[in-house]
Amino acid sequence: MTDNGQNRADPAHKVVIRDLKFYYGDALALNNVSLPLRTNKVTAFIGPSGCGKSTLLRVLNRMYDLYPHQRAEGEVLLDGDDILKPDQDLNLLRSRIGMVFQKPTPFPMSIYDNIAFGIKLYEKLPKREMDQRVEQALRGAALWTEVKDKLAASGLSLSGGQQQRLCIARTVAIHPEVILLDEPASALDPISTARIEELIDELKAEYTIAIVTHNMQQAARVSDYTALMYLGELIEFDDTKKIFTSPAKQQTQDYITGRFG
Amino acid sequence: MPEHIVTAYDKELETLGRKIAEMGGIAEKMLSDAMDALIALDVDLARGVVASDPRLDLLQREIEESSIMTIARRQPMAVDLREIVAAVRVSGDLERVGDLAKNIAKRAVKIATEPRVPRAVIGLKHMNELAATQLKDVLDAYAQRDTERAQAVWIRDGELDALEDSVFRDLLTFMMEDPRNISFCTHLLFCSKNIERVGDHATNIAETVFYLVTGGTLPLDRPKDRNAAAAFSAALTEH
Repeated sequence: MTDNGQNRADPAHKVVIRDLKFYYGDALALNNVSLPLRTNKVTAFIGPSGCGKSTLLRVLNRMYDLYPHQRAEGEVLLDGDDILKPDQDLNLLRSRIGMVFQKPTPFPMSIYDNIAFGIKLYEKLPKREMDQRVEQALRGAALWTEVKDKLAASGLSLSGGQQQRLCIARTVAIHPEVILLDEPASALDPISTARIEELIDELKAEYTIAIVTHNMQQAARVSDYTALMYLGELIEFDDTKKIFTSPAKQQTQDYITGRFG
Repeated sequence: MPEHIVTAYDKELETLGRKIAEMGGIAEKMLSDAMDALIALDVDLARGVVASDPRLDLLQREIEESSIMTIARRQPMAVDLREIVAAVRVSGDLERVGDLAKNIAKRAVKIATEPRVPRAVIGLKHMNELAATQLKDVLDAYAQRDTERAQAVWIRDGELDALEDSVFRDLLTFMMEDPRNISFCTHLLFCSKNIERVGDHATNIAETVFYLVTGGTLPLDRPKDRNAAAAFSAALTEH
């Protein structure tokens, strides 16, 4: 694969996905998907179940490497470098591209250690600095005021919405560049959901964000760009405003207006 | 277009469309009756126009309320969202057309007892024919989602404005000729303004139809003279 360097030079495109194909064994799950994730913007992926949007997210930090018989073809350029290359350092990659899942996954340890654990994997910090980093991460995830007096309590003692923000704090603690959110609010009540959405809005000042969501209104609210996927293909990708007010493709229109899906 | 998975949603949108159609019919009839009443100085017909207005107001209110409910309940997107916004806008325009027709009808009642100036009504009749055509065309454009027809209405509004200018000059002349004409002609002056405004509402609806179908907006300024309008129309159609 030759790299003509066009996208290397473009700082507005943090991630460029090019002709991406993905296979679960023989089954083709993504077919020639190409789109950018724009720097400091939120890109939402929508589409019916099984359309490939979560698969795409899993490719972006090479989660699939944990499973045999799964492979990706094409290119995913992070600042111009193809992260699909076999010699890609996966630990480094995952420190640059963090991920938050649908169900909150706090570690069975204290709130403090939930955050510190990730940082320790990459850096050795004196206690005072570590304290700062933990506080910074919890503030960044809008959780600090709620937990600052009980940092030693178990992460599992928090409510679902708080647990999810703890996971986001854990992700931002290691200063990634891209954050992948796979239905981060689907298991949360409306107030926790609103907090997460508010948080996404704040986080994009520092990070490039991709979010998979089944909630179309949520995509319309939080994202700058929206990609509609269907049966492993990218149907339409455009400004969120355009997608939700006057999409170009009939299929997009039918999906977002609740006519199929 | 395929139906919604939720059939009640389709019904809500259908009901909206039906109510707009009913409003359109009432507004058209009010306008033509009001003008007939003005020309014939038919007081009974004029009172009938005034009596139709509450129905129009009621329909507008219903359209607004059910649009708000649909937005709250369904979170409409894309074409559905535009459909609902369009219904609210068009119903507002049609309600105003009804008010203007009602105003003409009230003036018909008032001038029925004044000394008449039959010549003065001729220009107004022309204006009204054009306004009625504009209204009819734009309602058809709305019903058929026909952007070309909507654009034609939008461009043609300039003719109505020009006609209003000439009616204005005529009425002024009649008033200068004989001060006894002043009362009658002043009422007609207001009527011509009302008709010109009906044209503006037709233009608004044309813009709404364009938005509804394409998601885009027509330019803020309409071309002023005929040649520019023709060139502009051709460009829009190509686009």
